[in-house]
Amino acid sequence: MTSVAAGAPLALTADGVSKEYGERQALQGVSFTAHRGERIAIIGPNGAGKTTLLQILAGSLRASGGSVSLEEGSVGWVPQQPALYSKLTVAENLRLFARLEKRPDVPETVERMLDQTGLRDRAGEEISRLSGGNRQRVNIAIGLLAEPSVLLLDEPTSSLDPRQREVLWAFVSGLADAGTAVVYATHNVAEAERFADRVLVLADGELLFSGTPSELEQTVGGIAEAADFESAFVRFLHQRGH
Amino acid sequence: MRWLLLKDLQILRRSPLLVAVLVGYSVVVSLVAGAALSSGPSKPTVAFANLVPSDKSEVALGGRRIDASKYSEKLFEKVDPIRVKTREEAIEKVRSGEALGALVVPADVTQKLQGTLGLSGSGRPTVEVYYNAENPLKRQYVQDTIESTLAEANQAISAEVLREAARYLNVIVAGGKVGLPIVGKVDILGLRRSRAIIEAALASLPEGAPERATLEQVSRFAGLAAENLDLSKPILASISQPVQVKQKVVAGSSSSFSAFAAEAAVVTSMMFVALLLAAGMLALEREENAFGRLVRGLVSRTGLVTEKIVLAALAAFVLTAVMLGILGALLGLDFGRAPLWLVALALGAAAFGAMGVAIGGVTREVRSASLAAFVVSLPVAALALVPSGAVSEGLYDLIRVVSGAFPFRPCLQALDAAISGGELLAPLLHLAALTLAFGVIARVSLRRFA
Repeated sequence: MTSVAAGAPLALTADGVSKEYGERQALQGVSFTAHRGERIAIIGPNGAGKTTLLQILAGSLRASGGSVSLEEGSVGWVPQQPALYSKLTVAENLRLFARLEKRPDVPETVERMLDQTGLRDRAGEEISRLSGGNRQRVNIAIGLLAEPSVLLLDEPTSSLDPRQREVLWAFVSGLADAGTAVVYATHNVAEAERFADRVLVLADGELLFSGTPSELEQTVGGIAEAADFESAFVRFLHQRGH
Repeated sequence: MRWLLLKDLQILRRSPLLVAVLVGYSVVVSLVAGAALSSGPSKPTVAFANLVPSDKSEVALGGRRIDASKYSEKLFEKVDPIRVKTREEAIEKVRSGEALGALVVPADVTQKLQGTLGLSGSGRPTVEVYYNAENPLKRQYVQDTIESTLAEANQAISAEVLREAARYLNVIVAGGKVGLPIVGKVDILGLRRSRAIIEAALASLPEGAPERATLEQVSRFAGLAAENLDLSKPILASISQPVQVKQKVVAGSSSSFSAFAAEAAVVTSMMFVALLLAAGMLALEREENAFGRLVRGLVSRTGLVTEKIVLAALAAFVLTAVMLGILGALLGLDFGRAPLWLVALALGAAAFGAMGVAIGGVTREVRSASLAAFVVSLPVAALALVPSGAVSEGLYDLIRVVSGAFPFRPCLQALDAAISGGELLAPLLHLAALTLAFGVIARVSLRRFA
């Protein structure tokens, strides 16, 4: 894990973001910032509001309150379920979204993404014939078409086997190293510890913690008190009444 | 929007079964409807047993002999007869299903007809009809055909009798020769000639002759009878056709049945294609999880709704234009009005497309959307086809309001006006308003779509 260089430029700011569904508060005044090259993991129990927060940051869901501001560039969005047209080929999906993203050179963009995702030899295959892992690669590729300054991923490894997960994290780390701010939601706490510079702990729509994984461990009394990071995380939630 | 449209067309191209169903359905419907409407109804097969001996098929009417068998020939204009020799054979043909019905003319029919005409009280002639009750619709069809044909035959016989009666009246009034059985031709004096003879006799009698009063009475009777019997001839003529029909269309369509049936077939196909396509393709965006990705700045929700309406309308328009072209050629519709057909089809397709998108937006899943589109469309079409007078006035008003909220009725009215003439602007405006209304419903429904 590499830490974010001190003084990296600000990429994204969420300020008091809230979301209500009728009486239910899905998010309650969540505020945080993301810097260029930073990897932020959002962790929390089911129903914590992780996906809702990412959708609001991505602009596909309107917040009930608060604001999200992007310093420069664009936001790339990779939803949990691949958002692809299964009847179209890999290249056709990339081409369609590159056109919708209004990329200046669509063929060049498609070629670049085919190379980046290692799917060149599957370019002509329909999405419906790809494995879950390859679909997720195309899904991520579409999120990267606009060369975003901030990449949002919702449970990016949930449908991948361990080998594919390693490949994905290596790819995402490469993006962060190149200056992309990566914000991802995950249930896999170990992945948060291993690949995130900073974790945000959400529970019942409330942001309970923002800091490095080791800071979270220290908050609950250090790793000596908890067997591992996952235990520390569970203990933290218990301490906060969740 | 154009890239999304191309994407949807690409997806449709990759779904050959769906496209085959959509295209095949329209073409098959138009061909079948066109062939059925242009060839007219086929004649039902009816077994026919004429048990009247050939030498006894004539009926004496006054001095003339009428061949009763020529009236049975009228029946064969409307049915396809299987001639058999016995009643049993005729019934067997019906039982076996070879014939839908059987008509048996008993041997005594001419004798009874002769008795009826001679007022001998021997009972009215009766023909026997046998039906196959296996299919109530077919039974009703054969029953109606035979009954209407027998009514025509009855009318033709009564007309013949009335003509003969009028001729007799003429002889009684004016005098003349009449052929009678056995006796041969007889010269009848007639009332007018009788009166002339009596008048001549009266003139030769002296003023105070006692026979004069009686003869004057007979002369007056002859005069009155001649005048009144003369008047009875037009009355008899009117009995042969007591009610005349004068028809005039005062409101609605003046379309022929075949043109209206073609319009209904086209609008029904348009409804299915546009509704299913629009509802399914919008729901597909959600099912493929692409909706969330699209509306985060790539495409506006309104743009997405518009694109789906355009897609469905375009497909439905092309298919129904082809359908109407085929039907128009088969039915001999006036192709000079084709630009108006296309306007009606375009607005109808847009309204159905918008309704389909609204269904897709509300249901949110492809299967639910397709099912809802199908379930909604059938009653909408049925309601639009309910004619005034078929139900009570209040219920009809309610049906008009309900069917007016959907595109089927205005689309049918627009196409009817475009093909056969009539008020076109009102249904076109109605369709435009429905397109807008369903578009708004679809747009609002997308708020909870993701």
